[in-house]
Amino acid sequence: MNKITRRKLIVSAFATAAGTTGLGVAARLAEKYRFVPPDHGGIYGPGETMTYAVQRLLTRHSMAREFPRSAISARPFPNEIEAPSETFKRLQAGKFVDWRLTVDGLVDRPDSFSLDQLRSYPSHSQITELACEEGWSYIAEWNGVRLSHVLNTVGAHPQARYVVYFSMEPDTWESIDMADALHPQTFLTYAMNRDDLPVAHGGPLRLRVPRQLGYKNVKFITHLTVTDSMKRFGKGKGGVNPEFGYAWYAGV
Amino acid sequence: MATLGSAGVPLQSSVAPPASASLSAMRTPRHSLLVRVTHWIITLCFFALLITGSEIVISHPRFYWGETGNDLTPTLFRIPIPASRRLVPTGYGYTLPDQNGWSRALHFQAAWVAVLTGLLYGIYGLFSGHFRKNLLPRKPDFSWRGISADIGRHLRFARPTDADARSYNLLQRFTYLFVTFVLFPLVIWTGLAMSPAFTSAFPATVTWLGGRQSARTLHFFVSVALMLFVVVHVVMIFVVGFGRRMRAMITGRVSTPREDV
Repeated sequence: MNKITRRKLIVSAFATAAGTTGLGVAARLAEKYRFVPPDHGGIYGPGETMTYAVQRLLTRHSMAREFPRSAISARPFPNEIEAPSETFKRLQAGKFVDWRLTVDGLVDRPDSFSLDQLRSYPSHSQITELACEEGWSYIAEWNGVRLSHVLNTVGAHPQARYVVYFSMEPDTWESIDMADALHPQTFLTYAMNRDDLPVAHGGPLRLRVPRQLGYKNVKFITHLTVTDSMKRFGKGKGGVNPEFGYAWYAGV
Repeated sequence: MATLGSAGVPLQSSVAPPASASLSAMRTPRHSLLVRVTHWIITLCFFALLITGSEIVISHPRFYWGETGNDLTPTLFRIPIPASRRLVPTGYGYTLPDQNGWSRALHFQAAWVAVLTGLLYGIYGLFSGHFRKNLLPRKPDFSWRGISADIGRHLRFARPTDADARSYNLLQRFTYLFVTFVLFPLVIWTGLAMSPAFTSAFPATVTWLGGRQSARTLHFFVSVALMLFVVVHVVMIFVVGFGRRMRAMITGRVSTPREDV
Protein backbone atom coordinates (compact mmCIF):
# COMPACT_ATOMS: atom_id res chain seq x y z
CA MET A 1 0.00 0.00 0.00
CA ASN A 2 2.67 2.48 1.03
CA LYS A 3 5.16 2.07 -1.78
CA ILE A 4 8.37 3.98 -1.30
CA THR A 5 8.64 6.13 -4.37
CA ARG A 6 11.70 8.12 -5.37
CA ARG A 7 9.73 11.30 -4.73
CA LYS A 8 8.88 10.21 -1.21
CA LEU A 9 12.48 9.21 -0.55
CA ILE A 10 13.85 12.55 -1.71
CA VAL A 11 11.23 14.48 0.24
CA SER A 12 11.91 12.56 3.47
CA ALA A 13 15.68 12.86 3.00
CA PHE A 14 15.31 16.61 2.63
CA ALA A 15 12.95 16.78 5.59
CA THR A 16 15.35 14.82 7.79
CA ALA A 17 18.32 16.94 6.73
CA ALA A 18 16.38 20.14 7.28
CA GLY A 19 15.13 18.90 10.63
CA THR A 20 18.58 17.96 11.88
CA THR A 21 20.15 21.18 10.63
CA GLY A 22 17.25 23.09 12.13
CA LEU A 23 17.79 21.51 15.54
CA GLY A 24 21.52 22.23 15.38
CA VAL A 25 20.92 25.84 14.39
CA ALA A 26 18.24 26.19 17.08
CA ALA A 27 20.65 24.91 19.74
CA ARG A 28 23.36 27.35 18.55
CA LEU A 29 20.97 30.29 18.50
CA ALA A 30 19.57 29.33 21.89
CA GLU A 31 23.05 29.42 23.40
CA LYS A 32 24.00 32.62 21.58
CA TYR A 33 20.90 34.53 22.63
CA ARG A 34 20.98 33.04 26.13
CA PHE A 35 17.72 31.16 25.85
CA VAL A 36 18.94 28.19 27.89
CA PRO A 37 18.06 28.30 31.62
CA PRO A 38 20.44 26.89 34.28
CA ASP A 39 17.96 24.08 35.01
CA HIS A 40 17.85 22.84 31.40
CA GLY A 41 18.94 19.31 32.37
CA GLY A 42 16.74 16.40 33.33
CA ILE A 43 13.48 15.12 31.91
CA TYR A 44 11.67 18.44 32.28
CA GLY A 45 14.58 20.41 30.78
CA PRO A 46 13.02 20.69 27.31
CA GLY A 47 9.83 22.21 28.71
CA GLU A 48 11.73 24.64 30.94
CA THR A 49 13.95 25.67 28.03
CA MET A 50 10.97 26.19 25.68
CA THR A 51 9.17 28.30 28.26
CA TYR A 52 12.22 30.41 29.10
CA ALA A 53 13.23 30.91 25.45
CA VAL A 54 9.75 31.97 24.36
CA GLN A 55 9.33 34.23 27.37
CA ARG A 56 12.63 35.93 26.60
CA LEU A 57 11.55 36.44 23.00
CA LEU A 58 8.19 37.91 24.00
CA THR A 59 8.76 39.58 27.36
CA ARG A 60 12.31 40.86 27.60
CA HIS A 61 11.26 44.50 28.06
CA SER A 62 7.56 44.27 28.92
CA MET A 63 6.32 45.84 32.13
CA ALA A 64 4.42 43.97 34.83
CA ARG A 65 0.84 45.18 35.14
CA GLU A 66 0.45 48.10 37.54
CA PHE A 67 -2.77 48.80 39.40
CA PRO A 68 -4.50 51.86 40.83
CA ARG A 69 -4.07 52.52 44.54
CA SER A 70 -7.69 51.44 45.07
CA ALA A 71 -6.77 47.91 43.98
CA ILE A 72 -4.29 47.41 46.83
CA SER A 73 -5.31 44.35 48.88
CA ALA A 74 -6.58 45.20 52.35
CA ARG A 75 -5.02 42.07 53.77
CA PRO A 76 -1.91 40.91 51.91
CA PHE A 77 -1.15 37.33 52.87
CA PRO A 78 2.37 36.85 54.22
CA ASN A 79 3.49 33.33 53.46
CA GLU A 80 5.23 31.18 56.02
CA ILE A 81 8.71 32.24 57.16
CA GLU A 82 11.15 30.32 59.30
CA ALA A 83 11.53 31.31 62.95
CA PRO A 84 13.96 34.25 63.02
CA SER A 85 17.52 33.43 64.02
CA GLU A 86 19.31 35.00 67.01
CA THR A 87 21.31 37.16 64.60
CA PHE A 88 18.11 38.40 62.97
CA LYS A 89 16.53 39.16 66.34
CA ARG A 90 19.61 41.13 67.36
CA LEU A 91 19.50 43.15 64.13
CA GLN A 92 15.77 43.69 64.55
CA ALA A 93 16.29 44.96 68.12
CA GLY A 94 18.72 47.51 66.67
CA LYS A 95 16.12 48.61 64.10
CA PHE A 96 18.25 47.01 61.37
CA VAL A 97 20.83 49.80 61.58
CA ASP A 98 23.52 47.12 61.29
CA TRP A 99 21.83 45.30 58.39
CA ARG A 100 24.21 45.07 55.45
CA LEU A 101 23.76 44.13 51.85
CA THR A 102 27.05 42.92 50.40
CA VAL A 103 27.52 42.91 46.63
CA ASP A 104 30.36 41.01 45.00
CA GLY A 105 31.27 38.79 42.05
CA LEU A 106 31.80 40.22 38.57
CA VAL A 107 31.81 43.85 39.71
CA ASP A 108 34.45 46.60 39.66
CA ARG A 109 33.80 47.80 43.20
CA PRO A 110 32.53 45.13 45.59
CA ASP A 111 30.78 46.90 48.43
CA SER A 112 28.30 46.59 51.24
CA PHE A 113 25.37 48.88 51.83
CA SER A 114 23.36 49.86 54.88
CA LEU A 115 19.60 50.35 54.60
CA ASP A 116 20.08 54.11 54.96
CA GLN A 117 22.45 54.07 52.01
CA LEU A 118 19.94 52.13 49.93
CA ARG A 119 17.18 54.56 50.97
CA SER A 120 19.36 57.48 49.89
CA TYR A 121 19.35 56.18 46.30
CA PRO A 122 16.52 57.18 43.92
CA SER A 123 13.39 55.58 45.33
CA HIS A 124 10.79 54.08 43.02
CA SER A 125 7.36 52.72 43.66
CA GLN A 126 5.18 50.09 42.02
CA ILE A 127 1.67 48.81 42.69
CA THR A 128 1.89 45.28 41.43
CA GLU A 129 0.52 41.84 42.12
CA LEU A 130 2.45 39.19 43.98
CA ALA A 131 1.32 35.76 42.77
CA CYS A 132 2.32 32.55 44.50
CA GLU A 133 2.86 29.36 42.53
CA GLU A 134 0.19 27.80 44.79
CA GLY A 135 -2.41 30.01 43.13
CA TRP A 136 -3.17 32.87 45.52
CA SER A 137 -2.20 36.50 45.04
CA TYR A 138 -2.43 40.02 46.41
CA ILE A 139 -1.70 43.56 45.25
CA ALA A 140 0.52 45.91 47.22
CA GLU A 141 2.58 49.03 46.77
CA TRP A 142 6.31 48.52 47.07
CA ASN A 143 9.01 51.13 47.43
CA GLY A 144 12.67 50.50 46.87
CA VAL A 145 15.77 51.08 44.87
CA ARG A 146 16.07 49.56 41.44
CA LEU A 147 18.43 46.60 41.41
CA SER A 148 19.93 48.09 38.24
CA HIS A 149 20.95 51.18 40.23
CA VAL A 150 22.87 49.09 42.74
CA LEU A 151 24.45 47.07 39.93
CA ASN A 152 25.56 50.29 38.22
CA THR A 153 26.93 51.63 41.50
CA VAL A 154 29.22 48.62 41.93
CA GLY A 155 30.03 48.46 38.22
CA ALA A 156 28.70 45.07 37.11
CA HIS A 157 30.76 43.63 34.27
CA PRO A 158 29.24 43.37 30.79
CA GLN A 159 29.77 39.60 30.68
CA ALA A 160 27.51 39.20 33.72
CA ARG A 161 24.65 36.78 33.03
CA TYR A 162 22.98 36.31 36.40
CA VAL A 163 22.50 38.02 39.71
CA VAL A 164 22.44 35.53 42.57
CA TYR A 165 20.71 36.70 45.74
CA PHE A 166 20.96 35.22 49.20
CA SER A 167 18.61 35.48 52.15
CA MET A 168 19.41 35.60 55.84
CA GLU A 169 17.23 32.49 56.11
CA PRO A 170 19.66 29.58 55.86
CA ASP A 171 19.97 27.88 52.45
CA THR A 172 17.61 30.33 50.82
CA TRP A 173 18.90 31.79 47.59
CA GLU A 174 17.77 32.36 44.03
CA SER A 175 19.02 33.98 40.85
CA ILE A 176 17.67 35.92 37.89
CA ASP A 177 19.07 36.67 34.46
CA MET A 178 20.21 40.16 33.48
CA ALA A 179 16.94 40.83 31.61
CA ASP A 180 15.12 40.67 34.93
CA ALA A 181 18.00 42.07 37.02
CA LEU A 182 18.19 45.25 34.91
CA HIS A 183 14.40 45.50 34.49
CA PRO A 184 13.05 48.82 35.81
CA GLN A 185 10.50 47.05 38.06
CA THR A 186 13.05 44.82 39.78
CA PHE A 187 13.56 46.44 43.18
CA LEU A 188 15.45 45.91 46.35
CA THR A 189 12.37 46.85 48.30
CA TYR A 190 12.35 48.26 51.84
CA ALA A 191 8.81 49.63 52.08
CA MET A 192 5.36 48.15 51.52
CA ASN A 193 2.11 50.09 51.41
CA ARG A 194 3.99 53.25 52.49
CA ASP A 195 5.37 51.71 55.64
CA ASP A 196 8.54 49.85 56.52
CA LEU A 197 8.52 46.43 54.90
CA PRO A 198 7.08 44.12 57.62
CA VAL A 199 9.26 41.22 58.72
CA ALA A 200 6.53 38.76 57.65
CA HIS A 201 6.85 40.15 54.12
CA GLY A 202 10.65 39.94 54.12
CA GLY A 203 11.63 43.13 55.92
CA PRO A 204 13.93 44.88 56.08
CA LEU A 205 14.94 44.03 52.50
CA ARG A 206 13.23 41.88 49.87
CA LEU A 207 13.98 41.37 46.20
CA ARG A 208 10.87 42.29 44.22
CA VAL A 209 10.72 40.82 40.72
CA PRO A 210 7.06 41.26 39.76
CA ARG A 211 7.20 39.40 36.46
CA GLN A 212 8.03 36.20 38.33
CA LEU A 213 6.16 34.19 40.95
CA GLY A 214 6.42 34.68 44.69
CA TYR A 215 9.22 32.23 45.33
CA LYS A 216 11.65 34.30 43.26
CA ASN A 217 10.84 37.32 45.48
CA VAL A 218 13.22 36.22 48.22
CA LYS A 219 12.89 37.76 51.69
CA PHE A 220 15.65 39.10 54.01
CA ILE A 221 18.24 39.83 51.31
CA THR A 222 21.79 40.20 52.66
CA HIS A 223 24.03 39.32 49.74
CA LEU A 224 24.15 39.69 45.95
CA THR A 225 26.66 38.03 43.65
CA VAL A 226 27.03 38.87 39.98
CA THR A 227 28.18 35.93 37.87
CA ASP A 228 28.49 34.63 34.33
CA SER A 229 27.79 31.03 35.28
CA MET A 230 25.52 29.27 37.77
CA LYS A 231 27.80 26.21 37.90
CA ARG A 232 29.60 27.34 41.04
CA PHE A 233 26.39 27.81 43.02
CA GLY A 234 24.83 24.83 44.78
CA LYS A 235 23.91 22.16 42.26
CA GLY A 236 24.21 24.65 39.42
CA LYS A 237 20.48 24.88 38.83
CA GLY A 238 20.27 28.57 39.67
CA GLY A 239 18.54 28.49 43.03
CA VAL A 240 17.40 26.51 45.98
CA ASN A 241 13.89 26.08 44.57
CA PRO A 242 15.14 24.41 41.36
CA GLU A 243 16.99 21.93 43.57
CA PHE A 244 13.57 20.92 44.90
CA GLY A 245 12.16 20.55 41.40
CA TYR A 246 10.71 24.04 40.95
CA ALA A 247 11.41 25.94 37.74
CA TRP A 248 14.30 28.40 37.85
CA TYR A 249 12.38 30.67 35.50
CA ALA A 250 9.14 31.40 37.34
CA GLY A 251 7.45 33.80 34.95
CA VAL A 252 4.67 31.28 34.46
CA MET B 1 -10.82 10.52 17.91
CA ALA B 2 -13.03 7.53 18.38
CA THR B 3 -16.75 7.77 18.18
CA LEU B 4 -19.40 9.05 20.49
CA GLY B 5 -21.53 6.38 18.89
CA SER B 6 -25.07 6.36 17.66
CA ALA B 7 -27.12 4.35 15.31
CA GLY B 8 -30.51 2.99 14.48
CA VAL B 9 -32.51 3.87 11.44
CA PRO B 10 -30.50 5.89 8.92
CA LEU B 11 -31.91 9.33 8.38
CA GLN B 12 -34.17 9.83 5.40
CA SER B 13 -32.10 12.79 4.40
CA SER B 14 -28.70 11.12 4.59
CA VAL B 15 -27.49 9.64 1.37
CA ALA B 16 -27.12 5.86 1.62
CA PRO B 17 -23.81 4.87 0.02
CA PRO B 18 -23.86 2.09 -2.56
CA ALA B 19 -22.43 -1.29 -1.54
CA SER B 20 -19.22 -0.81 -3.51
CA ALA B 21 -18.53 2.47 -1.79
CA SER B 22 -18.95 0.72 1.52
CA LEU B 23 -16.32 -1.86 0.52
CA SER B 24 -13.80 0.73 -0.57
CA ALA B 25 -14.51 2.70 2.57
CA MET B 26 -13.46 -0.35 4.54
CA ARG B 27 -10.07 -0.25 2.90
CA THR B 28 -9.49 3.44 3.42
CA PRO B 29 -8.59 4.17 7.03
CA ARG B 30 -11.27 5.65 9.28
CA HIS B 31 -8.65 7.89 10.84
CA SER B 32 -5.64 9.15 8.93
CA LEU B 33 -2.19 8.47 10.34
CA LEU B 34 -1.78 12.07 11.47
CA VAL B 35 -5.12 12.09 13.28
CA ARG B 36 -4.23 8.82 15.03
CA VAL B 37 -0.76 9.93 16.12
CA THR B 38 -1.89 13.37 17.32
CA HIS B 39 -4.87 11.78 19.10
CA TRP B 40 -2.64 9.56 21.23
CA ILE B 41 -0.08 12.27 21.94
CA ILE B 42 -2.87 14.58 23.11
CA THR B 43 -4.31 11.71 25.19
CA LEU B 44 -0.98 11.27 26.99
CA CYS B 45 -0.67 15.02 27.52
CA PHE B 46 -4.25 15.24 28.78
CA PHE B 47 -3.65 12.72 31.55
CA ALA B 48 -0.31 14.32 32.48
CA LEU B 49 -2.04 17.72 32.65
CA LEU B 50 -5.00 16.34 34.60
CA ILE B 51 -2.87 14.62 37.26
CA THR B 52 -0.42 17.49 37.68
CA GLY B 53 -3.20 20.09 37.51
CA SER B 54 -5.07 18.33 40.32
CA GLU B 55 -1.85 18.18 42.30
CA ILE B 56 -1.32 21.93 41.89
CA VAL B 57 -4.92 22.64 42.96
CA ILE B 58 -4.31 20.64 46.15
CA SER B 59 -1.75 23.24 47.26
CA HIS B 60 -4.54 25.83 47.34
CA PRO B 61 -8.01 24.30 46.88
CA ARG B 62 -9.71 27.70 47.14
CA PHE B 63 -11.06 29.70 44.21
CA TYR B 64 -11.74 33.40 43.80
CA TRP B 65 -13.15 35.86 41.30
CA GLY B 66 -11.41 39.04 40.20
CA GLU B 67 -7.77 40.01 40.36
CA THR B 68 -6.64 38.83 43.78
CA GLY B 69 -7.50 36.25 46.41
CA ASN B 70 -5.68 34.47 49.21
CA ASP B 71 -6.11 32.76 52.58
CA LEU B 72 -7.23 36.05 54.15
CA THR B 73 -9.96 36.88 51.61
CA PRO B 74 -13.39 35.31 51.01
CA THR B 75 -13.58 32.61 48.37
CA LEU B 76 -15.89 32.12 45.40
CA PHE B 77 -15.93 28.46 46.39
CA ARG B 78 -13.55 25.95 47.83
CA ILE B 79 -13.01 22.25 47.28
CA PRO B 80 -13.50 20.46 50.62
CA ILE B 81 -10.20 18.57 50.60
CA PRO B 82 -7.05 18.86 52.69
CA ALA B 83 -4.25 20.98 51.22
CA SER B 84 -0.55 20.32 50.67
CA ARG B 85 0.33 23.61 52.39
CA ARG B 86 0.08 24.13 56.12
CA LEU B 87 -1.38 27.64 56.18
CA VAL B 88 -4.44 26.97 53.98
CA PRO B 89 -7.53 26.92 56.23
CA THR B 90 -9.11 23.67 55.07
CA GLY B 91 -10.60 22.47 58.34
CA TYR B 92 -8.43 19.36 58.21
CA GLY B 93 -5.81 18.92 60.90
CA TYR B 94 -3.16 17.63 58.51
CA THR B 95 -1.44 18.52 55.25
CA LEU B 96 -0.75 16.37 52.21
CA PRO B 97 2.76 15.93 50.79
CA ASP B 98 3.85 18.79 48.53
CA GLN B 99 4.27 17.61 44.93
CA ASN B 100 4.13 20.99 43.19
CA GLY B 101 7.73 21.05 41.93
CA TRP B 102 7.59 18.19 39.45
CA SER B 103 3.86 18.72 38.92
CA ARG B 104 4.40 22.22 37.60
CA ALA B 105 7.36 21.10 35.46
CA LEU B 106 5.39 18.24 33.91
CA HIS B 107 2.28 20.43 33.56
CA PHE B 108 4.12 22.97 31.40
CA GLN B 109 6.06 20.37 29.45
CA ALA B 110 2.87 18.44 28.65
CA ALA B 111 1.18 21.75 27.77
CA TRP B 112 3.95 22.51 25.29
CA VAL B 113 3.63 19.10 23.65
CA ALA B 114 -0.17 19.40 23.58
CA VAL B 115 -0.09 22.89 22.07
CA LEU B 116 2.47 21.99 19.40
CA THR B 117 0.60 18.77 18.58
CA GLY B 118 -2.66 20.71 18.48
CA LEU B 119 -1.12 23.21 16.06
CA LEU B 120 0.06 20.39 13.81
CA TYR B 121 -3.42 18.85 13.93
CA GLY B 122 -5.01 22.23 13.21
CA ILE B 123 -2.82 22.91 10.18
CA TYR B 124 -3.42 19.40 8.90
CA GLY B 125 -7.15 19.60 9.53
CA LEU B 126 -7.40 22.87 7.67
CA PHE B 127 -5.40 21.88 4.61
CA SER B 128 -6.30 18.21 4.26
CA GLY B 129 -10.03 18.89 4.39
CA HIS B 130 -10.33 16.87 7.62
CA PHE B 131 -12.25 19.66 9.37
CA ARG B 132 -14.50 20.28 6.35
CA LYS B 133 -15.18 16.63 5.60
CA ASN B 134 -15.24 15.09 9.06
CA LEU B 135 -16.02 17.81 11.59
CA LEU B 136 -18.31 20.35 9.93
CA PRO B 137 -21.87 18.96 10.03
CA ARG B 138 -23.01 17.55 6.70
CA LYS B 139 -25.57 19.76 5.04
CA PRO B 140 -28.39 17.21 4.88
CA ASP B 141 -28.02 16.41 8.61
CA PHE B 142 -27.84 20.01 9.69
CA SER B 143 -31.49 20.65 10.49
CA TRP B 144 -33.57 20.58 13.64
CA ARG B 145 -34.96 17.25 12.47
CA GLY B 146 -31.51 15.87 11.90
CA ILE B 147 -30.27 17.10 15.26
CA SER B 148 -33.26 15.82 17.22
CA ALA B 149 -33.11 12.47 15.42
CA ASP B 150 -29.42 12.12 16.34
CA ILE B 151 -30.09 13.09 19.95
CA GLY B 152 -32.86 10.49 20.00
CA ARG B 153 -30.54 7.75 18.74
CA HIS B 154 -27.96 8.68 21.37
CA LEU B 155 -30.57 8.63 24.14
CA ARG B 156 -31.77 5.17 23.06
CA PHE B 157 -28.14 3.96 22.89
CA ALA B 158 -29.00 2.71 19.44
CA ARG B 159 -26.45 0.48 17.71
CA PRO B 160 -24.05 2.21 15.31
CA THR B 161 -24.86 2.10 11.62
CA ASP B 162 -22.51 1.40 8.72
CA ALA B 163 -22.30 5.14 8.20
CA ASP B 164 -21.10 5.59 11.78
CA ALA B 165 -18.23 3.23 11.12
CA ARG B 166 -17.04 5.42 8.29
CA SER B 167 -17.42 8.88 9.74
CA TYR B 168 -18.68 10.92 12.66
CA ASN B 169 -22.35 11.51 13.39
CA LEU B 170 -23.83 14.92 14.02
CA LEU B 171 -23.44 15.08 17.81
CA GLN B 172 -19.88 13.85 17.52
CA ARG B 173 -19.13 16.59 15.03
CA PHE B 174 -20.57 19.26 17.33
CA THR B 175 -18.69 17.86 20.32
CA TYR B 176 -15.35 17.58 18.55
CA LEU B 177 -15.72 21.06 17.06
CA PHE B 178 -16.51 22.43 20.52
CA VAL B 179 -13.56 20.66 22.17
CA THR B 180 -11.11 21.57 19.39
CA PHE B 181 -12.12 25.17 18.76
CA VAL B 182 -13.61 26.30 22.08
CA LEU B 183 -12.34 24.28 25.06
CA PHE B 184 -8.80 23.69 23.82
CA PRO B 185 -8.09 27.37 23.00
CA LEU B 186 -9.83 28.47 26.22
CA VAL B 187 -7.75 26.22 28.43
CA ILE B 188 -4.56 27.56 26.82
CA TRP B 189 -5.73 31.15 27.12
CA THR B 190 -6.80 30.89 30.77
CA GLY B 191 -3.52 29.11 31.54
CA LEU B 192 -1.40 31.80 29.91
CA ALA B 193 -3.45 34.49 31.70
CA MET B 194 -1.95 33.22 34.97
CA SER B 195 1.62 33.88 33.85
CA PRO B 196 2.89 37.15 35.35
CA ALA B 197 5.46 37.49 32.56
CA PHE B 198 3.13 36.64 29.66
CA THR B 199 0.50 39.06 30.95
CA SER B 200 3.15 41.78 31.26
CA ALA B 201 3.52 41.62 27.47
CA PHE B 202 -0.17 40.91 26.74
CA PRO B 203 -2.20 42.43 29.60
CA ALA B 204 -5.52 42.14 27.74
CA THR B 205 -5.30 38.35 27.97
CA VAL B 206 -5.98 38.60 31.70
CA THR B 207 -7.99 41.83 32.00
CA TRP B 208 -10.60 40.53 29.53
CA LEU B 209 -11.14 37.56 31.82
CA GLY B 210 -11.70 39.80 34.84
CA GLY B 211 -8.33 39.31 36.52
CA ARG B 212 -5.81 36.71 37.50
CA GLN B 213 -8.03 34.84 39.96
CA SER B 214 -10.91 34.77 37.45
CA ALA B 215 -8.49 33.27 34.93
CA ARG B 216 -7.49 30.60 37.45
CA THR B 217 -11.12 29.78 38.26
CA LEU B 218 -12.03 29.62 34.55
CA HIS B 219 -8.97 27.43 33.89
CA PHE B 220 -10.35 25.05 36.51
CA PHE B 221 -13.85 24.96 35.00
CA VAL B 222 -12.61 24.50 31.43
CA SER B 223 -10.42 21.64 32.68
CA VAL B 224 -13.47 20.08 34.34
CA ALA B 225 -15.37 20.41 31.05
CA LEU B 226 -12.50 18.69 29.20
CA MET B 227 -12.48 15.97 31.83
CA LEU B 228 -16.25 15.43 31.38
CA PHE B 229 -15.73 15.21 27.63
CA VAL B 230 -13.09 12.52 28.09
CA VAL B 231 -15.36 10.55 30.46
CA VAL B 232 -18.29 10.62 27.98
CA HIS B 233 -15.90 9.91 25.10
CA VAL B 234 -14.54 6.78 26.81
CA VAL B 235 -18.00 5.61 27.92
CA MET B 236 -19.22 5.91 24.32
CA ILE B 237 -16.27 3.88 23.07
CA PHE B 238 -17.33 1.11 25.41
CA VAL B 239 -20.97 1.46 24.31
CA VAL B 240 -20.23 1.09 20.60
CA GLY B 241 -17.49 -1.51 20.95
CA PHE B 242 -14.19 -0.92 22.67
CA GLY B 243 -12.10 -3.28 20.53
CA ARG B 244 -13.44 -1.98 17.25
CA ARG B 245 -12.95 1.68 18.09
CA MET B 246 -9.52 1.17 19.62
CA ARG B 247 -8.46 -0.75 16.53
CA ALA B 248 -9.70 2.07 14.33
CA MET B 249 -7.76 4.68 16.31
CA ILE B 250 -4.57 2.60 16.49
CA THR B 251 -4.38 0.93 13.07
CA GLY B 252 -6.87 3.09 11.23
CA ARG B 253 -8.64 -0.05 10.03
CA VAL B 254 -12.40 0.06 9.86
CA SER B 255 -14.74 -2.81 10.34
CA THR B 256 -18.45 -2.25 9.95
CA PRO B 257 -20.61 -3.17 12.92
CA ARG B 258 -22.08 -6.02 10.91
CA GLU B 259 -18.72 -7.77 10.74
CA ASP B 260 -18.44 -7.84 14.48
CA VAL B 261 -21.93 -8.95 15.34
